[in-house]
Amino acid sequence: MKDMDKSFKKDTETEFPLREELRPHQVTAPDGQVIEVDPLQDYFCQEPPKVHRKSYVRIVEDFYNWARAHSLWILGFGTGCGAIEMRPLMTPRFDAYRYGIQWRATPRQANLMVISGYLSVKTLKRAIRAYEQMPSPKYVVGLGSCTINGGMYWDSYNTIKRLDDYLPVDLYIAGCMPRPEALLAGFMDLKKLIRKGQGEGANKYAENFDWYKENQKAVIKDWDMPDYNW
Amino acid sequence: MNFEWIQIPYALWTLLIITVYALFIMAIMQKIGARVGGRYGIPVYQNYIDLVKNFALRSHITHGIMFYLGPVFRLTGGLGLILFVPTIYGSVMHQNFHYSGDLILALYFIFFGTLGMALGAGESGHPHAAIGVSRGLAQVTAAELPLALAVFSISLQYQTLNITEIVAAQQGSIFNWTLFTNPLAVLAAMFGFVGTMMRAPFDVFLAPQEIPTGPPTEYHSAYLALMQTNRVVFPVAKTIIYMNLFFGGATNWGAFALKVFALYFVSVLIGVVMPRFRVEQSIRFFLKWGLPVGILAILAV
Repeated sequence: MKDMDKSFKKDTETEFPLREELRPHQVTAPDGQVIEVDPLQDYFCQEPPKVHRKSYVRIVEDFYNWARAHSLWILGFGTGCGAIEMRPLMTPRFDAYRYGIQWRATPRQANLMVISGYLSVKTLKRAIRAYEQMPSPKYVVGLGSCTINGGMYWDSYNTIKRLDDYLPVDLYIAGCMPRPEALLAGFMDLKKLIRKGQGEGANKYAENFDWYKENQKAVIKDWDMPDYNW
Repeated sequence: MNFEWIQIPYALWTLLIITVYALFIMAIMQKIGARVGGRYGIPVYQNYIDLVKNFALRSHITHGIMFYLGPVFRLTGGLGLILFVPTIYGSVMHQNFHYSGDLILALYFIFFGTLGMALGAGESGHPHAAIGVSRGLAQVTAAELPLALAVFSISLQYQTLNITEIVAAQQGSIFNWTLFTNPLAVLAAMFGFVGTMMRAPFDVFLAPQEIPTGPPTEYHSAYLALMQTNRVVFPVAKTIIYMNLFFGGATNWGAFALKVFALYFVSVLIGVVMPRFRVEQSIRFFLKWGLPVGILAILAV
């Protein structure tokens, strides 16, 4: 099950040069001042994620969880073929807005990330960056069997098999492809989880940060970003 | 201006009523938009939950002091607008603060939030925010021109810069409204109205479907909640100004709710019918059609 068989193994022999724009360079300001810039150090926050405690008062946390459950903002980020199943949810046929589910264009304003289908290693890198930029508490839903065990891509050289190794998944919606009704049912289940206070994926990610990073770095060949992408 | 301390709790009470009403009316307008698109739309209480949810988020990151102050300035623009405009004319509780030059202050407050937002979003360092700010400022500036001319026109007409006196002059009959006594100024001001309501067709700079959400790209959790509050309060505040200046003001909450809804609905109606304009198209629209009407309004007084 691990994505560490021979065909998938990270190529450690070949050097992957850092992209041009990420190398340290000098910038000349309009007033003639020369500034040294190291993008990997200067453009990102280096601080690892921390575990956010719950509210001290039980009833407050329950109230917050109720609000979180009824206001799920999904990051508009489609990874595989499952993205096509999310479109009918925004449009008149299924209209998920009725249930407080809305789509946002930027990770900063989203709480829910739907990994819709297979995730190639190249997209995994983007998914990780987007996930880490979302404010906590945040939830991940794996859509389709590709996110559970690789599905029909289980022996592919370039897609990951178990999403749970790389991002903390709260809920899987099985199927290939699951229909929009299944998605809606899945979102309702996610709401129940959140209301029970079990949607703590962000804290799980922070607690097991090293393990997740190890897994991510094992498959991503050109790791040209800091460990944490705030 | 005669000030008494009791006015402060009264003004806060007015603000609370308007905020609750604004969140509700915003949801209604979103529902109308959804119905036009054939959808059922969000529940009417959805905006309240979204607000609580955003305050309940646990991580807050900042990009600097101005990033903090941006949403605060934005909200100040909306709340300040309400505080210096009589919400209910003739009411002791909801008259708010007023003095002889408050029309100028109101004009300033309409623009104040936008400027604060520009500084805050600029500090976030996100290119989408910077692009959204420059596009938004350009468009809002063009849309404010007809409004400013209309305001000059009616201040000439009524020979005052005091909003309360302007409302007082319109009482008695529906034909005393500026709408009937100075229709050109009202027309010019309506250009500015639809242009600054942050709704289609003039919302290309912050629409999520265009350059992702524009200025608020980096804003999240409590910052976003403040901006959401302003997003609902500010259009209502502006509608109150229009109601006072052009449509006879309101003497009770019933008339207030009705007039604000009807005025708000004008921009929603235009929004659901029209596709979005690009920024240069809308600027050209305001300069070509709004500005001449505004100049005519001044000449005709």
